[in-house]
Amino acid sequence: MRAIKLFGLIVFLIGFALFNATFFLASYRLTPEVIEGKISEGSRRDLFIQASKDIQGQTFATSFSFVTELKKKLEAINQEQISRYGITQEEVFDLVARSGKQFSLASVDSLYLGGDEVSEFKLKAWKDYGGWLEGREFASPQELQTQLEGVVSNINQYAIINQVGFDRYQIKDLTYSITKASTIGPVATNPLLFLFLTIGLCIVGALTYILPKLNLPPGIKNNGIFFNAMKNTGWLGMLTGTWLIAFYIILYFYPEYMTNWVMLVDPVSHVLNGNEAGRFFLYGFIYTLCILVMGVRMIIHYRHSKYQILRTISVIFFQTAFAFLIPEILIRLNKPYFDFKNIWPLDYSFFFDSRLNELMSNGTLGLFMLGWGIALIIIGVPVLVYFFGKRWYCSWVCGCGGLAETLGDPYRQLSNKTVKAWKVERWMIHSVLVFAIVMTAGVIYTYWTGASWFLFFDSYKLREVYGAFIGAGFAGVVGTGFYPLMGNRVWCRFGCPLAAYLGIVQRFKSRFRITTNGGQCISCGNCSTYCEMGIDVRWYAQRGQNIVRSSCVGCGICSSVCPRGVLNLEVKEESGRFGKPILIGNNHIKISE
Amino acid sequence: MKHIVIIGNGISGTTAARNIRKRSDHKITIISSETDHFFSRTALMYIYMGHMKYEHTKPYEDGFWKKNKIDLVRDYVSDVHSTTKSLTLQSGRSIEYDILIIASGSKSNKFGWPGQDLEGVQGLYSYQDLERMEQTTKGIRQAVIVGGGLIGIEMAEMLLSRKISVTLLVREKEFWNNVLPLQEANLISRHIRSHHVSLKLESEVKEIQADEKGSVKAVITKAGETIPCQFVGLTVGVSPNIEFLKDSGIEVKRGVIVNEFLETNIQDVYALGDCVERNYELPGRKNIEQVWYTGRMMGEVLAQTICGEKTKYEPGPWFNSAKFFDIEYQTYGNVANVLGSRETDFYWEHKSGMKSMHLVWDKDTDQFLGINSFGIRLRHECFDQWLREKRSITFVLSHLTEANFDPEFFPKHESEIMESFVKKFPHAELNPRLA
Repeated sequence: MRAIKLFGLIVFLIGFALFNATFFLASYRLTPEVIEGKISEGSRRDLFIQASKDIQGQTFATSFSFVTELKKKLEAINQEQISRYGITQEEVFDLVARSGKQFSLASVDSLYLGGDEVSEFKLKAWKDYGGWLEGREFASPQELQTQLEGVVSNINQYAIINQVGFDRYQIKDLTYSITKASTIGPVATNPLLFLFLTIGLCIVGALTYILPKLNLPPGIKNNGIFFNAMKNTGWLGMLTGTWLIAFYIILYFYPEYMTNWVMLVDPVSHVLNGNEAGRFFLYGFIYTLCILVMGVRMIIHYRHSKYQILRTISVIFFQTAFAFLIPEILIRLNKPYFDFKNIWPLDYSFFFDSRLNELMSNGTLGLFMLGWGIALIIIGVPVLVYFFGKRWYCSWVCGCGGLAETLGDPYRQLSNKTVKAWKVERWMIHSVLVFAIVMTAGVIYTYWTGASWFLFFDSYKLREVYGAFIGAGFAGVVGTGFYPLMGNRVWCRFGCPLAAYLGIVQRFKSRFRITTNGGQCISCGNCSTYCEMGIDVRWYAQRGQNIVRSSCVGCGICSSVCPRGVLNLEVKEESGRFGKPILIGNNHIKISE
Repeated sequence: MKHIVIIGNGISGTTAARNIRKRSDHKITIISSETDHFFSRTALMYIYMGHMKYEHTKPYEDGFWKKNKIDLVRDYVSDVHSTTKSLTLQSGRSIEYDILIIASGSKSNKFGWPGQDLEGVQGLYSYQDLERMEQTTKGIRQAVIVGGGLIGIEMAEMLLSRKISVTLLVREKEFWNNVLPLQEANLISRHIRSHHVSLKLESEVKEIQADEKGSVKAVITKAGETIPCQFVGLTVGVSPNIEFLKDSGIEVKRGVIVNEFLETNIQDVYALGDCVERNYELPGRKNIEQVWYTGRMMGEVLAQTICGEKTKYEPGPWFNSAKFFDIEYQTYGNVANVLGSRETDFYWEHKSGMKSMHLVWDKDTDQFLGINSFGIRLRHECFDQWLREKRSITFVLSHLTEANFDPEFFPKHESEIMESFVKKFPHAELNPRLA
């Protein structure tokens, strides 16, 4: 058995090493065909073809040098366009001289009589950005000049780049898509082989490592966890955490460097949705496989408990079908990408204009999706939490929860159980909920009115900040990257706004509670130690009080690890839910609180 | 405001201190030579097995004691001067008290076997025992455990977790047969063997042999068998830890003698927990009860007494629980290893051999007396109530589903149990309320 496990481990490590190696195992060559394929708009394409002449056909050994070169070219085009279309200081002087103290667009008209493309552009830019100055009178020509210089700065900064150059979103997108299309090398020519050698070997190795656990008798087998360098924040845990954090940072913020990884799953993506893979297809693919493989481990590990088996099958199912397969198939059918189990505000972009427009332009199905999403928020969450507790979502359905309960299970004991951590948790998670609500309110306001300014912020800016800091930074980088450092539910506990919402319902209006069994608790601490949400379960158990906590995701592990049969997840009538702290079995004892 | 000094920071002393604090402003000092803070003794095994670290076994955060104005002193009480109401500590420090509570717990039994004090031979009760076990079992291959009780099986599980092979010497016919009826004792014996423990029943130690360095090298049984080993666990019970009281004037026999108010023979000196021996009988209970729960209950009672509401120690129906490797055990009421003359019983075992239930009742009155359950969790509240209400065996069986405390989706066995009961007692009228 040890030999098989060792073999599995080695196979896994080989696969993992090859996966990391493929990151570097490519070269990059830009060709006119690539540019044709990736920049559809003619004039920009021509500009880029011109600007990148010297690197076309040249082979770059690393993504770093290639991406740097690409960015340089795009920036150079922007600079060139600014110098071509930019309003000069002389033109401003000229305008001031023509206008005196009062500005009139007619003076602009008279300035640009050339009728050429540049003059037309400038004329339009003045009207778009300076139209509001029309007819206004200033105390002196100097004051008018100051105002005009402000307009010029806006034109040079935004109008030119947006209309005839590349803005930062385009630069981001293009560097990624051009790099991917320029990626050449063994992976690009033989992606399936490399998919097997990397992710394939990881799966084979992991399962070979996991399956022999079936030889151990069923029951709680937590031996050696706190001696383990991986599970007790030792060097291995630190290393794993660092790798995960790096992976997420690249995925969310620097995807242009990981194109060779994305190439691996191109064939899979073609089969499923008919298109080449994007970075989030790769992510979804790996994510689902992690839940699958580590779900097998979870089931074997807790196979004495039907609750754990069913719960794990459930998260595997919802991830594989709802989060991964169905959305891809929808794309293949030319329907909107939609994850039927994702709920706002976890799905923070649900009300973004792009998504609302997409759903509303997709007929009955689109409207159904919109209605379904809203119904989940206002009916699904409260009703199901009332009957089952927030666990119906967090530890039976949710994708984040699914990963935490499978890939993250070996780290559950690392959550902080102190009262202080609990306090931080309440402040943080509810702040994120407020942030999500305010951000979404702004987004909807902008959608209805068209005005980007809502209350005291720019709704576009705010959604961007939310996306970067909460959506990517907190949920991804910290949420998963910190598994080996702070336990598997960092995001769910401190950051998830949906968990906060579910938790408020669970705390105040639900039939769910964890009951304690009379006087049987021996305060051993297994329940608290293995609570991934950092609830000090023992605190309640040893005083004979029901556990009613907003954060409890109902994973049921406290009940599983209890050696004395003290804890049980139950749904019962609401009365008596909170319960008095009393340990039965002792006559004449009164509660003193 | 009085100064209450508690010797011992285990569950008994700590429960007393916490409950006194809830009810009063007395100055409270807890003295312990074992650890700085209260920890769960029952969790020692999990530290060794790597399920938890020592920190996890502390039921209260370290700041809890200061916040609740409970002073903690790490020292050993070497003398109690009941005439001057003061204590002398090993450090030389002296502490005066108005009320003294002795909660000094137990120490492991040794029965004078040759070699019992060798390096590598020990019991498992204190934190220091754990530290010693950690040291002496490092890198060893074989261990022998003498004594088939709860600590013995825990120790076996601990050693196996470190890949040390274990031989368990048990005097009885089956494991823990001095407490469990033969059926359950046999079930556990089988389970122990399935974990690859070499379980030697009806087997006793004669001598422990040393190697040339004075460490244990083998155990010789009374049957003459020599079992090589580098560690010997002595788990043949515990007895009150009261040596430091010998010149105190406090009456002791096997334990500190207390009455129903947990008072000793000396005014303002109380004792509770493992270290006491009651001078009065409680039906179905021994006079020395070395159980977590009884220590805790005594602590609750004593706190009420000290805070002005004099309360007798009168525990309700007996209950206990344990876990034998993968099999959980709960008991409510009294199920003796041998049936009493007026008792009769019903035993059910699941075909897996991993679950069983054993019910005992009075054969004349049908009054339900107790239950042992293996592998099925039961609701304490239900059995506490039914035992107090002196319910009949048929009532208990008819309501068995209500008492099930297993997690959701677990297989239910109540109807099978009832069916097999009716088969054995065709005249019994059960009213199965299938939930």
